[in-house]
Amino acid sequence: MMASEKKGWDRNGMAERAAQELEDGMYVNLGIGIPTLVANYVGEKDITLQSENGMLGMGPFPYEGEEDPDLINAGKQTITELSRTAYFDSATSFGMIRGGKIAAAILGAMEVSEKGDLANWMIPGKLVKGMGGAMDLVAGVGRVIVVMDHQNKHGDSKVLHECTLPLTGKGVVDLIITNLGVLEVGKKGLHIVETAPGVSHDDIRAATEATVV
Amino acid sequence: MKKVYGSAAEALAGLLHDGMFIAAGGFGLCGIPELLIDAIVASGTKSLTIASNNCGVDGFGLGKLLDTKQIKKMLSSYVGENAEFMRQYLSGELELEFNPQGTLAERMRAGGSGIPGFYTKTGVGTVIAEGKDVKVFDGQDYILERGIVADLSIVKAWKADDTGNLVFRKTARNFNPPAAMCGKVCVVEVEEIVPRGSLDPDHIHLPGIYVHRLIQGEHEKRIEQRTVRQREIA
Repeated sequence: MMASEKKGWDRNGMAERAAQELEDGMYVNLGIGIPTLVANYVGEKDITLQSENGMLGMGPFPYEGEEDPDLINAGKQTITELSRTAYFDSATSFGMIRGGKIAAAILGAMEVSEKGDLANWMIPGKLVKGMGGAMDLVAGVGRVIVVMDHQNKHGDSKVLHECTLPLTGKGVVDLIITNLGVLEVGKKGLHIVETAPGVSHDDIRAATEATVV
Repeated sequence: MKKVYGSAAEALAGLLHDGMFIAAGGFGLCGIPELLIDAIVASGTKSLTIASNNCGVDGFGLGKLLDTKQIKKMLSSYVGENAEFMRQYLSGELELEFNPQGTLAERMRAGGSGIPGFYTKTGVGTVIAEGKDVKVFDGQDYILERGIVADLSIVKAWKADDTGNLVFRKTARNFNPPAAMCGKVCVVEVEEIVPRGSLDPDHIHLPGIYVHRLIQGEHEKRIEQRTVRQREIA
């Protein structure tokens, strides 16, 4: 059997593409999963990472033996501080989120609609853990960028006319980056901004339930 | 007025009653009031409603109050780290009101600041908005959220002076200041009580006006997700 040629981006490819959306001087919040990898691709750009539990200027994971229980990120992982780091309380943290001071949030998703609705916090009938800070982030930050696989493990499109799962936010997503390409949320539907290597516009249309204009 | 007490049990004496509403500081296991939680476990106070971002883990933090079935209801944004929580919730023994994390923090801050309600766009168009007043400001929808005033706040800080001025450390600050603000009575545990005058007044994170009782003690400070990177070999 011939090995099928791998088309599109892998996790790191998506993260690298998402990093291109970030501009010098931005304050950014990265979600858990693929979004966390975006930090590896910002290069020379001056990007300050926010952790919504009360920190600007999040540094890398500590070396073994240097973990500090008083210094964690929003995923409860041990992290480190940088020379620019500032700490604050949760009300102040979400004040800067709700107040639009954070330029962008890069988040994972279960479903996104062509209107920019986002579902990423609960599946009815399954264990519900909670929305954490996701609803505040998508309602408040300047730009919401979703990074996710284009289809679920059954091959169904995750980019839909309407989300079927309970929403995290309505009309909040600006840009969708998937393994197949980059889609912008427009007034009349989604626009293809870019295709991943080896992927055609038709491939994206065929894999997308939502309206692609 | 003397604020410093000898132990968590002494500091909580006369403040606990069944069915009370408690606001707790902490995020995950970071900056949680371990000693006061242990004292509430020992007190046996029941039917508690607790506003806290999380509910500890099995057998630690607020998770201890689940094991003893002292909690009736939680107001939280994320409860995923606790099997006993899920068991009690799914069996109907425990009530849960999900609050978006920023909404929960602001409800505490507002309640402690004399603001009974505020409008926010967080949760508009989601289940969180159901049954809540919607108001349009400048063409955008916002939902009404209520300020929280708790019977008691339990809080962890790094250092305090004997007047209750508090200094927090790194991300262990999190929900502690807003939780402290929203309590009718606030009890704080710290790692060190220092003499007044030894904290720089410009570096106080929360002034002692919010702090009624204070204890010093040893903290376990458990790490929930120990994550490290490899040292690069030169």
